[in-house]
Amino acid sequence: MNAHVKNAVVLRDLSRSFKGKTVLDRISLDIPAGQFVALLGESGSGKTTLLRALAGLDDDAETKGHYSTPESVSVLFQDSRLLPWKTVIGNVTLGLRRADGVAAAHDMLKDVGIGDKTDVWPSTLSGGQKQRASLARSLLREPDLLLADEPFGALDALTRLKMQALLMRLVERQRPTIILVTHDVDEALLLSDRVLVLKDGSIIEDHSISLPHPRHEHHAELFSLRSKLLRSLGVEAGNI
Amino acid sequence: MTDISSGRMVRARADRMQGRALDRRPTRLTPAKLPPGVRLLGPAIILIVWEASSRLGVLSPSTLAAPSTAVKTGYEMVVDGSLLPHLAASAARAYSGLVLGVVVGVVLALLSGLTRTGEALIDGLVQIKRAIPTLALIPLVIIWLGIGEAMKVFLIFTAVLIPVYINTHAALRGIDIGHVELARTLGLTRAEFIRHVALPGALPGFFVSLRLAVALCWTALVVLELVNTQTGIGYLMNRARDWGQTDIIVVGIMIYALLGLLSDALVRLIEARALSYRRALGS
Repeated sequence: MNAHVKNAVVLRDLSRSFKGKTVLDRISLDIPAGQFVALLGESGSGKTTLLRALAGLDDDAETKGHYSTPESVSVLFQDSRLLPWKTVIGNVTLGLRRADGVAAAHDMLKDVGIGDKTDVWPSTLSGGQKQRASLARSLLREPDLLLADEPFGALDALTRLKMQALLMRLVERQRPTIILVTHDVDEALLLSDRVLVLKDGSIIEDHSISLPHPRHEHHAELFSLRSKLLRSLGVEAGNI
Repeated sequence: MTDISSGRMVRARADRMQGRALDRRPTRLTPAKLPPGVRLLGPAIILIVWEASSRLGVLSPSTLAAPSTAVKTGYEMVVDGSLLPHLAASAARAYSGLVLGVVVGVVLALLSGLTRTGEALIDGLVQIKRAIPTLALIPLVIIWLGIGEAMKVFLIFTAVLIPVYINTHAALRGIDIGHVELARTLGLTRAEFIRHVALPGALPGFFVSLRLAVALCWTALVVLELVNTQTGIGYLMNRARDWGQTDIIVVGIMIYALLGLLSDALVRLIEARALSYRRALGS
């Protein structure tokens, strides 16, 4: 690890519990600025809770320990959370504090491939288009930390591949620190610099992947890591 | 498991061979949409039966005037100028009460729906008022405001206030938690949140309340126009009762029905424009 790179995200013994039930259990973690971290874990392992804690949500939970995040944080939700009563451009510029907001939004919508949809209602968009708008909304804020909670989880397989490529292309320019919560081991392997596995509220595995992009999923290093990750997620490879 | 599923396949194949499977469609569980205007069939049948009974002498004019007689009487009253002043007096009362009730109801709902202090102070009061029938307040309000216009407008106002408050408040409280989280992660200020998220989100609930309120202001009016007044549709009908003029009573009922339908249609038109994003799909 490069000693000159500052840590963007620091967690020290972070615990979170809801009504006495511990969901995050003394997590300590350093994430250097610009790193793309994939967070894997079975349902209920606490990965979404960790992400929401970093996003400043769930303040009704009992929290112990410390964490710090950059000033500018943006969240990419699994459901795109576009307001149905605002047009696409109204949604992506909502709360945007940039003098060139509207012009930049038009450019960003072009970049994500829905430049022709700026003035339509979100209900007329397909699932993939909604998530493109949601991605545009996040990146327009040029966040230092992008928190993505299974952003492609509800999309069909083909759209998901396109969205993954789009995400990689766009973050190449801004280089934010990214934490991506996902169920999809292949997504984690193809996109991230580092894969964390969460179980019962603790980080049980931490792997770095230094292969350059674009990656091929049949690469030997990824292939062996894949079986290992699947095993720690409770899936025995070769069962299907 | 295998036995059951293969059994099904065999049966399905047998059905197809008999040519039944192709005809079989899923059972229709909801009624098909009516063509426009067909929902007036029920009222039309009632009108025809009513008119026929009157003409055949089954229904005496002293019990109930025929609809055609009422329409004729109504037309004559419009022409000789005896109807419009009463209609104007009624409309002035109903709509002043309506406007006051909607404005105050929305303001109270906003205060109560968006602030803790507001909810603590307002919600309990409105719930108590809701439990008290408007008619039960008449004696007290007469003592306070006399038997003039102020009393009538005040009572319509309090009647209208309740559904406007209840529905708008519920809509503000029922706001999508996902949208609240989004607003927080986007760093919206409280004012921005109210303007861009809370208010547009509560708009559908407000329109439901507006439709209730528009109908309610006329309902409350009828009763109130029985109390010391020389003008208004209610007064006209009450006087007609003393003279046994059932045709004028029917004219009054028709006016109420017409006003109710027109007001409702107007609110729905405004609603459709304000909430146009809802039917955007497929346009």
